Amino acid sequence: MLTSVFFYLFAAILVISAIRVITAKNPVHAVLYLVLSFVTSSALWIMLNVEFLALTLIVVYVGAVMVLFLFVVMMLDIDVEAMRKGFWRNLPLAAIIGLIIVVEMIAVLVTKPLVIMSAPELANSSVSNSNQLGFVLYTEYSYPVELASIILLVGLVIAVALTLRKTNKNAKYQNISKQIAVTHIGRVEMIRMKPEVEFKLDEKEIAE
Amino acid sequence: METLQNLLGNNLGYFIWYFVVAIIIVVPLTLFVAYLTFAERRILGFMHARLGANRVGPYGLLQPFADLLKFVFKELLTPHKASSAAFSLSPLIVLICAFLVWAVIPFSPEFAFAHVNASLLYVIAVSSLGVYGIVLAGWSGNSKYSFLGGVRASAQMISYELAMGFSLVGVLMVSGSLNLVDIVNQQAHGMLAGSLFSWNFIPLFPLFLVYLISGVAETNRAPFDVCEGESEIVAGFFVEYSGTQFALFMLSEYVNMVTISIMASIMFLGGWLSPFPVSWGFIGASGFGWLLIKVCIILFGFIWYRATFPRYRYDQIMRLGWKVFLPVTLVWIFVMGAWMVSPLNIWK
Repeated sequence: MLTSVFFYLFAAILVISAIRVITAKNPVHAVLYLVLSFVTSSALWIMLNVEFLALTLIVVYVGAVMVLFLFVVMMLDIDVEAMRKGFWRNLPLAAIIGLIIVVEMIAVLVTKPLVIMSAPELANSSVSNSNQLGFVLYTEYSYPVELASIILLVGLVIAVALTLRKTNKNAKYQNISKQIAVTHIGRVEMIRMKPEVEFKLDEKEIAE
Repeated sequence: METLQNLLGNNLGYFIWYFVVAIIIVVPLTLFVAYLTFAERRILGFMHARLGANRVGPYGLLQPFADLLKFVFKELLTPHKASSAAFSLSPLIVLICAFLVWAVIPFSPEFAFAHVNASLLYVIAVSSLGVYGIVLAGWSGNSKYSFLGGVRASAQMISYELAMGFSLVGVLMVSGSLNLVDIVNQQAHGMLAGSLFSWNFIPLFPLFLVYLISGVAETNRAPFDVCEGESEIVAGFFVEYSGTQFALFMLSEYVNMVTISIMASIMFLGGWLSPFPVSWGFIGASGFGWLLIKVCIILFGFIWYRATFPRYRYDQIMRLGWKVFLPVTLVWIFVMGAWMVSPLNIWK
């Protein structure tokens, strides 16, 4: 009873926030609604006893990816009115593409009908979900895991290669170890000299 | 709990029981944080060879409450053109995330708000949410200073979260569990068991250092406080906040400090375990007192760093996080892996 109440609560929040992601005028608000939908879907996963996936969703997507999204979106100075200008002109094309996506998804669901499942029982409840998942990932599915990590590594290397151009003459680099190794020698010089202007006491002031 | 359930029915008794437990954890924590701010002012005063807050009450002991009263009676200001919903929400996000972590932190083998199997993962997940409050606070105020603070905070906290997460992977490898209670209990086993020599901080010393320093950076404390940076951007992300909302930011910063300290004690310093052998009687017994002592020592360190080090330059912070800490943790994880499969394994 309580479980289904919570399920419908989270599901409603998820659907509403997902709709708000595409309807919100301010892009920062859209990102925040996306964060909300991630958090609620993680709550739904917790209800299915898959705590590892749920918490990883929060760590990876909410904690890292969306923060970077927010970081980028905040920096953009977006003129909302200018973005709405082409709305009616682009609507037909967008509607057709949207329709195709919907039809495809329905086709998938129709050919393989949804079975309403309750939370699956853990195969061996004395071992936690994370342990089981880790065991399977690094034995049975170790090649896909390695493959995925290689793909991510390639993406990383390409991103660095695209942005890090030492040929750029305007770029400024700092040699940190050189900065840290700096001492006073060669930078500060202690000199002994006589005062250039003789300070004269005003006799009037002394009298006072 | 069972008597409550018999008295009030199953569900209601359950809720009331957890409500009471939550109050038992949150109220002493808030009081501890209040006196942490006081201790910080007195210790900083001592280190600067001045007095510090000593006027309100005996030895200034009522100072935290005087501060609180002052904050509560100030007017709440919202800047013109601020995004008002986000503006009033962000202090609450920061505060809620700071307190949420305490749901799984064990104070003794038996006492914790919730015994969760993946509690370590939960702590990492929840503490990665706090940055939203800070970034939103910086953005919603519609001010250049606060915006700069928010941008700096988001970049810095992401960088150090990574190093922090990797340093916890080492602990995970040694203990083989995501459960904080198991992690502490494991530190009582292995070679040299029964004293402080079996705690994680000795074999995992580089990770311990990385965790502590990243913890200082995560809580935006000096010398990593560029997102407040008084001398550059006034007060950084909370420059537009006044009264209670400002107090909430301060409260959550100090709660986060205590969280980092208690996590470091649990992960690396044996939690509630005593540093002495069990055969030494009273001081050999494990208990909450030891956890408190360890937390206080690490907190003293936090205050000490603030009095000692000048603020880092921003590019140096980024370099330290990405080019020093991350490689150190990765290499040490590799070393740990090799160590654990070799015959020299000390954790069996």
